[in-house]
Amino acid sequence: MGRVVSLTPVLLFILLAFGLGFSLTNDPSKMPSLLIDKAVPAFALASLDEDGRGFPSADLRGKVSLLNVFASWCPGCRAEHPMLMRLAEKGRLSIYGINWKDSSRAGERWLKANQSPYARVGFDENGRVGIDLGVTGVPETFVIDRSGRVRYRHAGPLTEDVWHEIFEPLLARLQDGSS
Amino acid sequence: MNMILRMSGCRVLLGMLVVLAVFSSFAHAVTPDEVLQDPALEMRARTISQLLRCVVCQNQSIDDSNAPLAHDLRVIVRERLVSGDTDKQAIDFIVHRYGNFVLLNPPMQLDTLALWGGPALFLLIAAIGFGRYLRRRSTEQATETPAALTTIEQERIAELLIRRNST
Amino acid sequence: MGCGFLAFIALTSNPFARLPQPPSDGNGLNPILQDPGLAIHPPFLYLGYVGFSMAFSFAVAALIDGKVDACWARWVRPWVLAAWCFLTIGITLGSAWAYYTLGWGGWWFWDPVENASFMPWIAGTALLHSALVVERRNALVSWTILLAILTFSLSLVGTFLVRSGVLTSVHAFALDPARGVFILALILIATGGALTLYAIRAPHLKYGAPFALVSRESGLTVNNVLLCTAAATVFLGTFYPLFVDMMGSDKISVGPPYYNRTFVPIMIPVLLVMVIGPMLKWKRDNIQAALGRLKYPALVSVFTAILVLVLTFGRNAFAAAFMAVAIWLVAGSLAALAYRTRLGAVPLATTLRLARTTPRAFYGLVIAHAGMGIAVAGITGMTSWATEKIEMLRPGQSLELSGYNLRLRSVGNVAGPNYDAERGTFDVTRNGRFVGQMSSERRFYPVRQQQTTAAGIRTNLISNLYVAIGEPDGNGAWAVRFYYHPFMPWVWIGTLTMALGGFVSLSDRRLRVGVPQRILRECRFAVPAE
Repeated sequence: MGRVVSLTPVLLFILLAFGLGFSLTNDPSKMPSLLIDKAVPAFALASLDEDGRGFPSADLRGKVSLLNVFASWCPGCRAEHPMLMRLAEKGRLSIYGINWKDSSRAGERWLKANQSPYARVGFDENGRVGIDLGVTGVPETFVIDRSGRVRYRHAGPLTEDVWHEIFEPLLARLQDGSS
Repeated sequence: MNMILRMSGCRVLLGMLVVLAVFSSFAHAVTPDEVLQDPALEMRARTISQLLRCVVCQNQSIDDSNAPLAHDLRVIVRERLVSGDTDKQAIDFIVHRYGNFVLLNPPMQLDTLALWGGPALFLLIAAIGFGRYLRRRSTEQATETPAALTTIEQERIAELLIRRNST
Repeated sequence: MGCGFLAFIALTSNPFARLPQPPSDGNGLNPILQDPGLAIHPPFLYLGYVGFSMAFSFAVAALIDGKVDACWARWVRPWVLAAWCFLTIGITLGSAWAYYTLGWGGWWFWDPVENASFMPWIAGTALLHSALVVERRNALVSWTILLAILTFSLSLVGTFLVRSGVLTSVHAFALDPARGVFILALILIATGGALTLYAIRAPHLKYGAPFALVSRESGLTVNNVLLCTAAATVFLGTFYPLFVDMMGSDKISVGPPYYNRTFVPIMIPVLLVMVIGPMLKWKRDNIQAALGRLKYPALVSVFTAILVLVLTFGRNAFAAAFMAVAIWLVAGSLAALAYRTRLGAVPLATTLRLARTTPRAFYGLVIAHAGMGIAVAGITGMTSWATEKIEMLRPGQSLELSGYNLRLRSVGNVAGPNYDAERGTFDVTRNGRFVGQMSSERRFYPVRQQQTTAAGIRTNLISNLYVAIGEPDGNGAWAVRFYYHPFMPWVWIGTLTMALGGFVSLSDRRLRVGVPQRILRECRFAVPAE
């Protein structure tokens, strides 16, 4: 009995050490999105350019699309902007935007200065739609499938690596019709 | 730091120690315009806010953080309460959008069983261990032969014997 | 260990490494850290952490040697005591610093890094007390060895937590998984090695004298058991989110509510036994006799509880109970002194003589335990009766809180050494009488592009007033937050008193080792410490 009791501490320690070692590969600030495989929360935003049509969540149904949350004051959004423009120009993917916690004038000016990759842009001044989407900061990009369900959420600027490793395969799968 | 000792006459308390200290800090976060009119609701809002984590901060509740997202969440909590939600419903509203991560009071669910049960389990193991230790000691007491002498004790005895033999 | 940590600095945290593009004006220091606290809080903490490495080394040496006796305990205790004192001071400084720097009157957040310093403290306290049993009765030997290894290991794990970035924390200043790997390697070697040695050698360690269920040894063992359970609970709460995160897709948080429900209930029996223990005789005692010696402290505690209930109109039973516990600790510790000097049972002259010959270690006990009582009173008062008010004020306007009236006199611009600030000056009056002036600033640091608020604090050593100025509304009014923190200073006065008790104990002549040649022969285990 004495032998077993004396062995316990070192055994427990080995377990703990393994755990701590694995934890080093873990990023504690990454938060999983709760919306994965769920329908996009319904919203009806005014459109940024006030063309009267607005941007309802129903627009996201019927095709595979990206929903990009951005703001004019956000440097990361500026960094990913060229990437989004390239995707928009290729024309195979619809990109929708939500201008989050911004002033409509600043948002419009930003898009005019930098060109808009978005099919439609919604204006979320008080950030409520963002909260419904579980947004914690900008930029964030969601992949929405044909039935209007969220399939993936990327927090942070969209980089080439992320695009090739995660988005491309996922979008290929979704666009081929298998959902 | 200015330290000015001032005696405030007739008070029974210790001399007033004036520490006019101006230190750097992030101040508490609730702004006057957020405070609800109804004090009972406001109390509930504050309590709930202290249970919700600010997800963009390093380990603070939304009540304590002055991050913009924390502000938004505080306002939302108040809106839900004003519209008649119970405490649980208001909290669930946030949890529904941000997950269990926002709960500073960990939920009682399958993967937190060890967390909540752990302390009681530790106490149990400790109590059992202590009990067995005592019982073992008392049975040993009945059958115990005197413990062997330690090296130091042996040396002392040798010394004493030498001294006795030499006198 | 020294080599390990020097290698750590040289290889992963080299302060002399060159930057490819040095900033022209320097990076500036994080405004929160621009404070004298940065110069004193970490050193005291590390004196504590590193001090426990002595106990660790002693334990490993004892395991290698194969024998542990009273001599060993007598050697170890001063080191553990010194480390414990410094760690206590270090944690106190951290709490006070957080109060005026990170805070809104917050002084403990159960933040992972705070827990990382608290766990070695709890284990160190247990070690301190179990070493007494080894010294006096040569019992609890293998447990004490294990505890010595664990206390230092917890310090190492704490270092790992702080530097590796595996948990989010307000202390997250310099994180890097590479550093984490290095420290983990250090831990594997040190703790893994020691525990393996323990597994092999511990069964060979001899038992000492037995003791009865009711005895001082038993009291100390109960203390140990409970303290270690408390430490294990804090450990569980700190690391659990990490393991859940690694296991599944769920991410949970463990915050103050968890610790309030688990740690506090475990500590209550500790606080109660803290007073009974010193009253018990070694080897065997009678529980009724011991409790009988505590008649007066018990009466005073009950009276306190009733008093608090009456004064607060019965609203807060918890506060009454915990205040009673605080008084129990102070009165009980004084009662232990009274009992030892036979106060009332013998002539005063005899009592005074006994008081003079009582070893300093005993006075250390009394002071430290009473200090705990003061701290408990502070914590209770602060959590039960703190109040605050938040309002928009124009210069000339005022607000009322807990009998104090705070009037905003003026708001002006001030330039600091590396910041620009908006400063508000306030007058505090109470019942019409002028109490004092306070000021608070909103500072902007251009180099770091960071804004902080500097709060104004006023203390009379029994309670604190705390004011912080916020954003202006553009119409000539500013957001003002005013707090009343009763008994807050007692939290730190209490913990510092505990450290003082430790230092008093340390000054006990019997702990001072004499000329080296004489030690082996004159290890005075015939006159053990209390």
